Amino acid sequence: MATVELRFSALPEHVRTARLVAAAVARRAGVDEAVLDEVRLAVGEACTRAVGLHQAANVPAPVRVALIEEEKQFSIEVGDEAPRSTPGERVPGAGPEDPEAEGEDEMGLAVISGLVDDVEVTAGENGGSIRMTWPTTS
Amino acid sequence: MDLSLSTRTVGDRTVVEVGGEIDVYTAPKLREQLVELVNDGSFHLVVDMERVDFLDSTGLGVLVGGLKRVRAHEGSLRLVCNQERILKIFRITGLTKVFPIHTSVEEAVAATD
Repeated sequence: MATVELRFSALPEHVRTARLVAAAVARRAGVDEAVLDEVRLAVGEACTRAVGLHQAANVPAPVRVALIEEEKQFSIEVGDEAPRSTPGERVPGAGPEDPEAEGEDEMGLAVISGLVDDVEVTAGENGGSIRMTWPTTS
Repeated sequence: MDLSLSTRTVGDRTVVEVGGEIDVYTAPKLREQLVELVNDGSFHLVVDMERVDFLDSTGLGVLVGGLKRVRAHEGSLRLVCNQERILKIFRITGLTKVFPIHTSVEEAVAATD
């Protein structure tokens, strides 16, 4: 079981809460202070993406964030339940209506991969997840 | 913390001072502000980000959208930022090549390149 687990309705206003909780648990787990900003940003990006996917596919289920403290490492897994027709692809026709929002999903992933060395992105028929891992010092 | 926005005119430039957190929840407010300015004929914008505590890709998207809008009117969008943690996000996304980033509002307002 995750050390701390968080579920929130797929609404933008809750992403900040997820960031704050994730940073607090990461600090407690012994993630370096200098890296906490990256943790905060990365988990925010992952949650933002999940909220977008749920809203685009009209998924009523909450977004799930698991904060996992392990030996010498700390992991965050952000799970969504938005179905993909093909793994890793957006549901056809479910893209954002605002053309300016286009590509933000990719930009979010670009930020995550730029920030986090150890990241695993999976997607399937029943949703996807982003798992990010950081080393801990204590 | 929420997003705070204020605008002022300096010569032919409009300075937008942003404070707080720019994320998926607050970014639409910034987008509205930039759209409104362009619709009102302000095409040379300076976005002062010195009081921004947090910026994510949604915020970057809004800034890129703003840049597209002012460029359609041969305008400009300059950023003022000295905060390393904010600059890092521009760097890892390659957007430092897209936005002129200045160290002070005075420098951004005076820039003509």
